[in-house]
Amino acid sequence: MSLDQLYQQIILEHAKARHGSGLAAAAAPEDASSGQSHQLNPTCGDEITVRVSVARGKVSELRWDGDGCSISMASASVLTDLAEGMSVGELRTVIDSFREVLRSRGKVPADPEVLGDAAAFEGVSRYAARVKCAMLSWVAAEDALGQALAA
Amino acid sequence: MVATPAHLRRSAIALGNDEVLRIRNDFPILQQHVNGKPLIYLDSGATSQNPLSVLEAEQEFYEQRNSAVHRGAHHLAVEATEAFENARETVADFVGAEWDELIWTSNATEGLNLLTYSFLNASLPGAAPEAARFALAPGDELVVTEMEHHANLIPWQELAARTGAVVKFIPIDDAGALDLEAAAGIIGPRTRVLAFTHASNVLGTINPVADLVALARSAGALVVLDACQSAPHLPLDVKALDVDFAVFSGHKMLAPTGIGALYGRSELLNAMPPFLTGGSMITTVTMERAGFLPSPQRFEAGTQRISQAVALAAAVNYLRETGMDRIHAWEAELGQRLVQGLESIPGIRVLGSAAGQERIGLAAFDVAGVHAHDVGQFLDSRGIAVRVGHHCAQPLHRRLGLTATTRASTYLYNTTDDVDAFLNAVADVRAYFHA
Repeated sequence: MSLDQLYQQIILEHAKARHGSGLAAAAAPEDASSGQSHQLNPTCGDEITVRVSVARGKVSELRWDGDGCSISMASASVLTDLAEGMSVGELRTVIDSFREVLRSRGKVPADPEVLGDAAAFEGVSRYAARVKCAMLSWVAAEDALGQALAA
Repeated sequence: MVATPAHLRRSAIALGNDEVLRIRNDFPILQQHVNGKPLIYLDSGATSQNPLSVLEAEQEFYEQRNSAVHRGAHHLAVEATEAFENARETVADFVGAEWDELIWTSNATEGLNLLTYSFLNASLPGAAPEAARFALAPGDELVVTEMEHHANLIPWQELAARTGAVVKFIPIDDAGALDLEAAAGIIGPRTRVLAFTHASNVLGTINPVADLVALARSAGALVVLDACQSAPHLPLDVKALDVDFAVFSGHKMLAPTGIGALYGRSELLNAMPPFLTGGSMITTVTMERAGFLPSPQRFEAGTQRISQAVALAAAVNYLRETGMDRIHAWEAELGQRLVQGLESIPGIRVLGSAAGQERIGLAAFDVAGVHAHDVGQFLDSRGIAVRVGHHCAQPLHRRLGLTATTRASTYLYNTTDDVDAFLNAVADVRAYFHA
């Protein structure tokens, strides 16, 4: 597999754009229930904090702060675009689908209907060392969502 | 060829590219292609590759002599014991130690843990009287440096946490050099141990051992040297350096994984409480207690890593035949070539000293706007293997304002072409990632 299949243009662009980045600068919305999760990849020191806010059964906002490689940063950016406006159930479904593709070592193709731009991370599943990078913000979002619902 | 600064010029004649190309033929793994490109292996600081003579020594042991050592009267047991103890003599001699001062460990990490657990045992009630000199009390100080690998930091933190001792550290300056003035203030009457790395696995710095040993001696402290990045790369004489203990790992010096060694001065080792206890390390055993053998068997409980020890001796022989002074001189040239090349690429920040200053044959660096993981992935696509991350030195990276860097580390099988191919690839990284 070539480097360009791993680093698709959409990934390189999101790595720079970082949609949703800036958690520290913005308070959680008052009309929503929020949960926050910090995740660390100890092998490389990448870390991310994700805050998920839920109002009336929908994800009203996702914000994050992080430091990491292009795969982890782009993944958080794409997740932000996808998650905002989704119902809680839809977000859970999309996280499950993303995890299944990423952990499949290239065996499970990404469904763009479900994953949208996140389908671009399909190639990451062939690089075992990078799967954690792509999953970091999604694991944090899943945990934060659970906390928001429990709050 | 990059000119070597005058103060770095050695009397030894460095290896040259022609000789290195011959050396490479001894390393089967280096003959392969990765991602369609010839493999360029620049990760020997993490683990090195094995020449055929090492692989054959291990196979020969299993085909001809495999048996338990120090027990049994049969032919193979005698052969295995002889191979095992000959290996010890070879490796001890390689670092300037006597045979009974060289204890086999799995690696340097285990060697350091052996020390800290032995000192902990010495600090517990019921320790033997001769162990009192190692016992730690609340307020005692264990001094390390800010550039240590986690292996030479965390065992001391744990020992401190269990004994009430305190870990202090010698800071580094922005160029990565130890602040010796600060060290003189930190090392004092309460200092019991000074543990530091001979050569930094991130900065490439060779630390001033004599200055540090002098400070420790005046304070009556024990000196522990992490020789992981020196034993494989430069002539090492633990007696000449006058350290009390030293550790190194076989897999960083052409041997397989699973074998390393702890050097300790004989009188210290024989007063230290054992770390692991069990078979092979005892004199008389009753249902109530046991007596312990002197070093080295005192610290070698259970069946040992025999074939690995034999392979490490074969690795040491390979290094010796090549010449440690010549390897050191060659790698110093490669290190200068790395740093000079990296410094000339826009957006690259090399950690540690600038070109022209002494360093071993490695360089860690930051690429502006590109994470180390991405740099490593990009280089891999060109067949170049480097290390990315914090290199088990998080406090050092934090001190330098970084979380992860990329490191290229050379060994006796790397050519100047390897370095140049690496530099050419690094020059393309930022454009690829739109940085």
